[in-house]
Amino acid sequence: MSSKTRLSFAHPPARPGEQPDFSSLEIPKAGALAVPPLDVAATDCVEHANSLIRVLNDAGEPVGPWADYLGSPDADTLRTGLADMMTSRIIDTRMLNAQRQGKMSFYIQQIGEEAIGCAFRRALKPGDMNFATYRQQSLLIAGDYPLEKLLGQIYSNAYDPLLGRQLPTLHSAREHGFFTISGNLGTQYVHAVGWAMANALTGKDNLAVGWIGDGSTASNDFHTGLLSASSYWPPVILNVVNNQWAISTYTGVARGHGRTYAARALGYGLPALRVDGNDYLAVMAVTKWATERVRGGHGPVLIEWYTYRVGAHSSSDDPSAYRPKDEAKAWPLGDPIERLKQHLILRGDWSEERHVQAEARILAEIVDVQKRVEAAGTLLDPQPIPGASIFKGVYADTPEHIRRQRQEMGV
Amino acid sequence: MARLTMIEALRDAMDVMLERDEKVVIFGEDVGYFGGVFRCTAGLQKKYGEERVFDTPINESAIVGLGIGMAAQGMKPCVEIQFADYVYPAYDQITQEAARIRHRSNEQFSCPIVIRMPTGGGIYGGQTHSQSPEALFTHVAGLKVVQPCTPHDAKGLLITAMEDPDPVIFLEPKRLYNGPFNGDHAAPAQSWKSHPLGEVPEGHYAIPLGKARVHREGSAVTILTYGTMVFVAEAAVDSLGLDAEIVDLRSLLPLDLEAIEASVRKTGRCVVIHEATRTSGLAGEIIACVQEACFYHLEAPIMRVTGWDAPYPHAQEWDYFPGQERIRRALKTVMEA
Repeated sequence: MSSKTRLSFAHPPARPGEQPDFSSLEIPKAGALAVPPLDVAATDCVEHANSLIRVLNDAGEPVGPWADYLGSPDADTLRTGLADMMTSRIIDTRMLNAQRQGKMSFYIQQIGEEAIGCAFRRALKPGDMNFATYRQQSLLIAGDYPLEKLLGQIYSNAYDPLLGRQLPTLHSAREHGFFTISGNLGTQYVHAVGWAMANALTGKDNLAVGWIGDGSTASNDFHTGLLSASSYWPPVILNVVNNQWAISTYTGVARGHGRTYAARALGYGLPALRVDGNDYLAVMAVTKWATERVRGGHGPVLIEWYTYRVGAHSSSDDPSAYRPKDEAKAWPLGDPIERLKQHLILRGDWSEERHVQAEARILAEIVDVQKRVEAAGTLLDPQPIPGASIFKGVYADTPEHIRRQRQEMGV
Repeated sequence: MARLTMIEALRDAMDVMLERDEKVVIFGEDVGYFGGVFRCTAGLQKKYGEERVFDTPINESAIVGLGIGMAAQGMKPCVEIQFADYVYPAYDQITQEAARIRHRSNEQFSCPIVIRMPTGGGIYGGQTHSQSPEALFTHVAGLKVVQPCTPHDAKGLLITAMEDPDPVIFLEPKRLYNGPFNGDHAAPAQSWKSHPLGEVPEGHYAIPLGKARVHREGSAVTILTYGTMVFVAEAAVDSLGLDAEIVDLRSLLPLDLEAIEASVRKTGRCVVIHEATRTSGLAGEIIACVQEACFYHLEAPIMRVTGWDAPYPHAQEWDYFPGQERIRRALKTVMEA
């Protein structure tokens, strides 16, 4: 072996049985970065794409130019945000339990990533459309999507707006600005750009929002989405949720020798920002900036939300097989719910007692919905949707060969 | 009524639809300023502007994926893949997205997109300018697949495809772009301008999807085919003096089962012909349909004449292309059985 050429293989900082180690991460202090002008060019946001926008400091105080840009949100806005995140987490906990109890087949949690979808959704307007992945259920929750429908989809019963056709958590809710989720990764990033192009062509003053995970940035359609956005400059926000893990694969495998995912956009001429995804105020501030930029006709932007996937990849995954058990606790950007709660208490707009009460209230509400939805059928007590529904909606009108197959089924 | 080439007829269809429906947009590689490598979109950008007709990066997944996003939002994109041989990078978008969006969203979203692509061989196109990938699309629930063989049908079917609420794969046999072709490559080329099937009505007219066309009536044997092979089959039949019925399927998904069954029940014999490779090709599906519905009317085994199970060659073009001689052999076998 005399060759000087060697392959490089990325490895996570720690594996099962080892101590979690995030010492190599560069986490800049809150408040360090300026707010760029809304029409900033890619060449002028190199620092923003490589560093990290943070608003809340370790004490829970909002600091720096992004805090000033955001202003002081009123207490109700922040309490709503906190309740959104708590609702998302309680649903996640309840649904994983229900999956473990055999009441439904599959579930995907978003624990630790709640701030991103929740704060982002509250900044959108009617008619804006999200092209989400399976880990942005928080967009529906913060969008006041009826929980009967949300849970009904997961249970594939009579409450399911999708008639049991889709795997649990692959929602579709057009009226709530949520495009139909596909199991195929990356594809929706291009749809978001196309939808935004259509908005521009038809004079609609609405945003399209693409979402993708760090692992899926490796898919062809991440490149396709960025290139298309760069070619036609439509009103689209392209989000990358970097939660460090793609099932068992450490983010370094997808990132390669690149420093950040945000920096990838710069090569396409797209401005990009990198943000502390566990900082509800930072998500609010950057979302405000991005939506103002895009609605103002200044063109697309990419945002990398830096966070950590606290839960398993899905109910079919066991992360203790590939990462340290306590890694989430060591994550230096903490927990988004805890951080917002701390900030609200510091402001004098919240308390431990009110938090406990809120948690109990939300839990009771969700248990109530869950009971109602479960009464319409679970895997343990199946009340199946009639098989004939399979054949409906393959096409607008049912062609002869499908009509014959429906007859063959005997329905 | 003027006589147009298939290229002009397709352009006319897009012109009619751009004029009629402001939601129609047309894009693909080189389709804008330049008017397409086959001239199918020539002049359209100049007439309707860049926001209606534009060029794209060389990225098939972008061409189709952007079209899906636009279609779901309410527009009517008619996009072009330069050659059917280059559709594969868009296969994920076509099969997993366009085809399924209506069904998986329980009709919250739909995908009224037309994906045009030149297809077929007989032009010394070699491996990646001659393929016939229709079976890769007819296997996908949620798509419609169309292939015209005359200028008249090309215009009427493209208009219908562009008005259809679901995704349509629109395959254009490029060997037939300028004139009919009967497989005799030594004969002088004929233009649609001097052929009765080049007659194309002006303005808007529609030909329903899912409906076959009887190209030649007959009672001795049914030939089920489409695209270039319609004319090759016709020449083979004429040279034999055979009373064959040639059914131009036109719509490959959904198939016109009623027309297929009616013809085979009448003749009792059937040959299926396509350029595409044999194994798991569309002929297999058609033969299965005929066998299921017409078994007691059949007087001979059903035969198929297809491209060989090999990548499309360059130098051996006419050994590969299913020509008249191979069709005559199959017809004789079926008639003698």
